[in-house]
Parts: sequence; C-alpha cells; structure tokens
Amino acid sequence: MTRRVLLLSLLLYTGIGVFAQVRLPEQPVADDPVTEQRLRKLSQELRCLVCQNETLADSRADLAEDLRREIREQIKAGKSDQEVIAFLTQRYGDFVLYRPPLKPTTYLLWFGPFVLMVVGLAVLFRYVRQRRNSIVEKPLTAADRRRAEELLEPSSTKEVA
Amino acid sequence: MGRYLIPLVLFIILVVFLAIGLGRDPHEVPSPLINKAAPTFRLPQLKDPSKSFSAEDMHGKVWLLNVWASWCVTCRDEHPLLLEYARSGAVPIYGLNYKDRREDALAWLDDLGDPYVLNASDIDGRVGIDYGVYGAPETYLIDRNGLIRFKQVGPVTPDIWEKKILPLVKDLNK
Repeated sequence: MTRRVLLLSLLLYTGIGVFAQVRLPEQPVADDPVTEQRLRKLSQELRCLVCQNETLADSRADLAEDLRREIREQIKAGKSDQEVIAFLTQRYGDFVLYRPPLKPTTYLLWFGPFVLMVVGLAVLFRYVRQRRNSIVEKPLTAADRRRAEELLEPSSTKEVA
Repeated sequence: MGRYLIPLVLFIILVVFLAIGLGRDPHEVPSPLINKAAPTFRLPQLKDPSKSFSAEDMHGKVWLLNVWASWCVTCRDEHPLLLEYARSGAVPIYGLNYKDRREDALAWLDDLGDPYVLNASDIDGRVGIDYGVYGAPETYLIDRNGLIRFKQVGPVTPDIWEKKILPLVKDLNK
C-alpha cells in the first residue's frame, strides 16, 4: 500500500516536473539584465504570429525565438522601443500589437463600445420618459371611490367577485 | 409587429457579422507589404553557395518568391503543384529556402523535383523576418519594379493560381 502511494506520488511529482519544464519561458540570456528586462516588457506587448493567442514573450514557436533574438539585437544596437515596434509592424502589420493603435480604421474598435453605451442610455431615457408621460392621472369616479371603500372596510362581509 | 422589428433587424445584423467571421481564416493576417517594395537581400544560392542571389537581380521581371523548407509539411503538399506551375512557364518561380539545412533542402529537390529557377538559402530566417514570413509555405508575387503585388500564406492552390496569380501576372506583364 505505502509502496503504491509512494509510486503514485512519484509519478505525480515527475508529471508536474515535466509540466513545469514545458511552461518555462525561454531561458533569458543573462549577460545583460537590462536588455533582457526591456525584451521581456516589449515582447509581452507583442503577439506571436504562429500561436496567435500567445505573446512573443511566452511563445516557444521557432519564429518567436527568432523575433526575440532580433529584438534583443536591436535593443543592444541602441534602438528605442518605438523603433523596435515599428520594425515589427512594418513586417507583420498592426496584428502583432496586442494594443491596436488609434487610427481611422480602428476608431470603431476603440470608440464603438462607448457609442453603443451612449445609444443604449439614450434609448433607455427616452423609453422611461415616454412611459412616464403616457401614464395619465385619472381621478377616481364616485363609483370607484365607493367600491374602494367597500373593499377597504374591515367590517365588510361582502365578497368581491 | 413593430416592436419585434428592431430586435429582429439587430439579430439579423449580428448573424451576418458572425457568419462573415466564421468564414474567415484567423491565420491569414493581411500583409502590410502589399504594394510596397520587396525587402532587399543578398543570400547565397542553395545549389552553389559561392554564388549569391538578390531580389534586385530580378528587376524588370515579374516573378514569384516561394518560401519553403524541408521540415514544412504543407510545403510537401504544395510541391507537386509548384512543379506543375513551373512547367506551365507562366511565371518564373524562385525559392527562399527558409531555416532549413542545406543537405535536407538539396535532398528534397532531388527526391521531389525542382520547380525553382534557383533557391536562396535563408538559414537563420532573417530575410524571412524582413518579408513577414510566419508560416511556410508563403508565396510573393513581385512586379517589374520590385513591388510585392500579392502574398499567399499557405499553399498556392489551383484555385488561387487560376483566379489570383495568373490574372495578376498577365496584367503585370502588359
């Protein structure tokens, strides 16, 4: 029994070990921590084109490794972050950016939700006002009043049909 | 009746948008290089590394640049088609052997046939990055002035060859 538990835990342990190894991002080249820090920050903002929902920082794709190498070299060559991003968007388009830039083709993307919210609020307000206006105060007639009194009268034994 | 009309119209618009979205391939990223100058490069030729090949050598010609590698599975599917296209003589096909090993690439051409006028070796994939390559095979149609006029990500299917590339080639050769 204990042996089985031991074996099982060993299996689990190695399983987790393998998993952790797979998830480990590419070993940074430790020769220049400043460059690596900038590379990490930059590549977290960039999309890997091979596995599109991963950042360039996390992806293990071959191309991502090449692009990280390229970015690393450009940083070392003294390029600014903007220049590196421009280098990539010239080649791969705005798609590499996780934050799309603000320009006429992306206005709908950036402002669409706010426009929808404003439109929704306008519709809501109009509807509420219209409803309020459509409720007309109707004074009670003498018959209504008598009926209400009958209903409210506790001593009344009359059944209401 | 009127009160159902607006939600119905909104619903139909939503369905149309979703239907269009379903039909699109999210892996096809529009290239910013269309109608821009093909990036320059000078690379050793695959068969004779002592010679080089440059995109500028092709100035004045309409040509195809096909990015391929022996490790690329889809390239193997595309290969017989390329052989056929090359035989038709419609447009010269040049190869960019991308992140490959020279001996593997040469063996591939020996085994499967060689549709290329010549190949350039992009061993470290730098020229690939300049061309925005992210999934081989990719094919670029470059005009006489060295502008990229069309890019195909993935294999050039007979449909794309007939409907996109051949008409464009005809147009560009005018």
